[in-house]
Amino acid sequence: MKITVTSVFVDDQAKAERFYTDILGFTVKDDIPMGEHRWLTLVSPEEPAGVELLLEPSAHPAVPPFKEALVTDGIPFTSFAVDDVQAEFERLTGLGVVFTQEPVDMGPVVTAVFDDTCGNLIQIAARKA
Amino acid sequence: MADVFKALADPTRRVILDELRERDDQTLFEICGRLSMKHGLNSSRQAISQHLDVLEAAGLVITRREGRYKYHRLDTSPLRAIVDRWPLAPEEE
Repeated sequence: MKITVTSVFVDDQAKAERFYTDILGFTVKDDIPMGEHRWLTLVSPEEPAGVELLLEPSAHPAVPPFKEALVTDGIPFTSFAVDDVQAEFERLTGLGVVFTQEPVDMGPVVTAVFDDTCGNLIQIAARKA
Repeated sequence: MADVFKALADPTRRVILDELRERDDQTLFEICGRLSMKHGLNSSRQAISQHLDVLEAAGLVITRREGRYKYHRLDTSPLRAIVDRWPLAPEEE
């Protein structure tokens, strides 16, 4: 068994596609019409055959209150790896991305948390050498 | 005043204040992460939230909602009552 797809609930797939590609730099892998929504997955250009991120619609009524409660307490929905959290923080802040947690040294890792504009907080993390 | 002493009596709450002193406007998630990763304090998120409630009742922590996020910051002004009551001796040269 292998992990091939992991998902994040997004308020609006088109808006999420723009944010996750234009701002974060991921590339679209699959974009398949599925009724009113799309099977829309992304990969990292650093790892085109790696795990896919599914931008899944927040359509189920249980999802919005769940997301909102996580965001209130600053809890990220998922976490992505970067080489340098401080550099990525500066790059994304320059593009207008809002951080709820600036880079903090957490022992073995440095982490920061930003708003993906689609209803989630996302953590970025770098392991220290 | 009694609330302030009660709030300061707990070592976890003192560490929370130390961490908030380092940076204002932390989410509950950030505070929990700092306590766990930097101090080895593995209290539950709910327990930390209750500690924050005690600190807020004592006026030592101020919470603020900004849009969809809730932030916590340190307010040391309740501590002034302590030095007003028991003034610090001047430091010896």
